[in-house]
Amino acid sequence: MSGGTYYVPATSRWPILGSVALGIMMFGIGMQLVYDASSIIMLVGLVGILSVMGFWFRDVVRESRGGLYDTQMDRSFRWGMGWFIFSEAMFFAAFFGALFYIRTFAVPWLGGEGEKGISALLWPDFVPQWPLMNPPDEAVVGPRGIFSPWQLPLVNTLILVTSSITLTVAHEALKEGHRKICRNWLTGTVLLGLCFILIQGLEYYEAYAHYGITLEAGIFGATFFILTGFHGVHVIVGTIILTVMLVRVHQGHFAKENHFAFEAASWYWHFVDVVWIGLFIFVYVI
Amino acid sequence: MAPKLPPTYPLEHSATTAAGSQAPTHHAPPRGLLRWLLTTNHKEIGSLYLIFSLIMFFIGGIFALVIRAELFQPGLQLVNPEFFNQMTTMHGLIMVFAAVMPAFTGLANWMIPLQIGAPDMALPRLNNFSFWLLPVAFTLLLSTLFMPGGGPNFGWTFYAPLSTTYAPPSTTFFILALHIAGISSILGAINIIATILNMRAPGMRMMDMPLFVWTWLITAFLLIAVMPVLAGVITMMLMDINFGTSFFSAAGGGDPVLFQHLFWFFGHPEVYIMILPAFGIVSVIIPTFARKPLFGYPSMVYATASIALLSFMVWAHHMFVVGLPLAAELFFMYSTMLIAVPTGVKIFNWITTLFRGSISFESPMLFSLAFVVLFTIGGFSGLMLAISPADFQYHDTYFVVAHFHYVLVPGAVFAIMAAVYYWLPKWTGHYPNERLAQWHFWLSVIGVNLTFFPMHFSGLAGMPRRIPDYALQFADFNMLSSLGAFLFGFSQLLFVLGVVLCVRGGKKAPAQAWEGAWDLEWTVPSPAPLHTFETPPVFKRPTP
Ligand SMILES: [Cu+2]
Repeated sequence: MSGGTYYVPATSRWPILGSVALGIMMFGIGMQLVYDASSIIMLVGLVGILSVMGFWFRDVVRESRGGLYDTQMDRSFRWGMGWFIFSEAMFFAAFFGALFYIRTFAVPWLGGEGEKGISALLWPDFVPQWPLMNPPDEAVVGPRGIFSPWQLPLVNTLILVTSSITLTVAHEALKEGHRKICRNWLTGTVLLGLCFILIQGLEYYEAYAHYGITLEAGIFGATFFILTGFHGVHVIVGTIILTVMLVRVHQGHFAKENHFAFEAASWYWHFVDVVWIGLFIFVYVI
Repeated sequence: MAPKLPPTYPLEHSATTAAGSQAPTHHAPPRGLLRWLLTTNHKEIGSLYLIFSLIMFFIGGIFALVIRAELFQPGLQLVNPEFFNQMTTMHGLIMVFAAVMPAFTGLANWMIPLQIGAPDMALPRLNNFSFWLLPVAFTLLLSTLFMPGGGPNFGWTFYAPLSTTYAPPSTTFFILALHIAGISSILGAINIIATILNMRAPGMRMMDMPLFVWTWLITAFLLIAVMPVLAGVITMMLMDINFGTSFFSAAGGGDPVLFQHLFWFFGHPEVYIMILPAFGIVSVIIPTFARKPLFGYPSMVYATASIALLSFMVWAHHMFVVGLPLAAELFFMYSTMLIAVPTGVKIFNWITTLFRGSISFESPMLFSLAFVVLFTIGGFSGLMLAISPADFQYHDTYFVVAHFHYVLVPGAVFAIMAAVYYWLPKWTGHYPNERLAQWHFWLSVIGVNLTFFPMHFSGLAGMPRRIPDYALQFADFNMLSSLGAFLFGFSQLLFVLGVVLCVRGGKKAPAQAWEGAWDLEWTVPSPAPLHTFETPPVFKRPTP
């Protein structure tokens, strides 16, 4: 309910600059993918977006610290962040849905199972299995082997779960006003995030170098990389956000009962953690 | 280590700076172009959305007229088949993503804060960002028409492998443009939800909100749920095209049908995204001109919510002929038919609102009544298409084209026009020229029916959609459709004329421009000043 002090910023140049920068980046990506142009245009756009985000968030931080935001504004941010995470969940849901559909229907049907036997006419020798090591067509070379879930993936699971716990400890410390404790546990969380990224990088190297799991290796490689890849990007973004929070904790930006930026960052991190649990189960274990 | 700032940051601490920084809100906005580029005002951003959508409506309309000109007679006369395919694709994409959706978002921007007594949208800068992404996205999309190999030519549903293996090189740009438009929609929807849930005037409960606000709340939920799925599926396309993955290629163990499942999981809720706000508009306009409160307000809300929830479990009715298992055919047939129930509730409520009302027929009311009748026709043809065995006959014929144009043109587009005529007095302070509006209405109604009604017959007789040439027996129906399309297209110039004249002058409108209009927006002056409800109004429930 409106309280009469809702802050409406006068004007801002960041939205329009951000749109243009995003347009430049997308155009640059297209030029590079389609016409093998140099990546300069894309990088210009990317730098533009990152700087716009920097300036935009700087403005928000200043307004927040200037006391311009009331509790109603706080609720707007909460709804905004909550629904944003919901949209991210649906983004991952599309990829999980694709994985389930492929495993439950598409691959067995290709092998002639059920009412869809006609699919088997194209590649009569195809034997359905998951992980799909033998794509139907000879032109597609399948993976040579797959990871054991109980090595690097398990380590990464433990790392992310631990990081969620350390982040919660940091948050509790912040709520009680123990800034130093908060800072230490948050530092630990960021380090765990970095470890995860490193191990995931190592795993990708292994995938290409030893296991033949590549983007081109049929549907297993495709689903593997799109799920772990987008998750990895989210971990990187989350780590950056947490690092910014670390700096802000260090500078004493957050009050005991008023620190939504920190909370939003932790919502995001927990969400990324939950997605990983799904990944670990459905991509690696089962 | 000594902190540079006190660890707690009291709000009172900067009360003076707060007052100082808030003051510029009331300064005169920057002049000229910069004002529109930098604005955070929901009314200005709403106007930007509406103007953008109108321009795109005409661009998409020109594409449609190219199609109808080619189909005026059998044989190939004006364009080659490759260009024809680009026209059908671009017409669909532009009308859906650049004309209808932004028009509703523009109306939401203008009217939701006014209808709930809020000073602005919840996140004003994000609002500006959402808008300015659109011109960027659609400049990129339209530029594909001029790229080597031409623009997208696989229909607005861009089925793989037509849109991957066999697509023109510009498809990558099409995907990137759609990503930008998707970001715009998601951010816009987040803003609308936050506004509705958090910014209502004190005393206004959820069940006091005008139905336009309710339907938009539910639409925004649908947008946030399905636009990311669209983003996901076009990302898979991008990977298949550029990075050698096999999502939609059976050779690598993928499945082209997977594309259709993902696309329609987005696509079916998408059609409700384009129609639920229209329901809201009509539910606001009909009570005004019938001078009666809306019949069955709570059932309208529940019906809208049921339609939205059902929309997530009906998607494969677009895929009956692709080779689904029998159980899926049956499930999607019955679930689709179920949607007729809440939709029927809505039609019943509109008609019952009219019953014994003292009705007058101003242009907003005419468009709304036409909506009820013509949308119902589109709804019934939808029911016919939902019957799986019958769909084997109708699928990919002009019957389908007739069906969805009936729900989208005299459905969504008529509702947008009704809304524009209804709220123009609030936006400009002048009534639109009623004679001109009535001419616009009658020419549009005749044009729409002349265009799309014959398509039912050509479709039932077996004419396939998306073809530049056709068998001779379809010639008469096609000639009628083309005549109707040109009539409809050119009568939209009257609409532009009416809006321009209304902006420049006309009969002065009072705060409450329509006798039977009781929502909050009619309590502020006409034209609405740049800033309204800076101190929230106290909402009083109207007593009948
Ligand atoms: Cu549908």
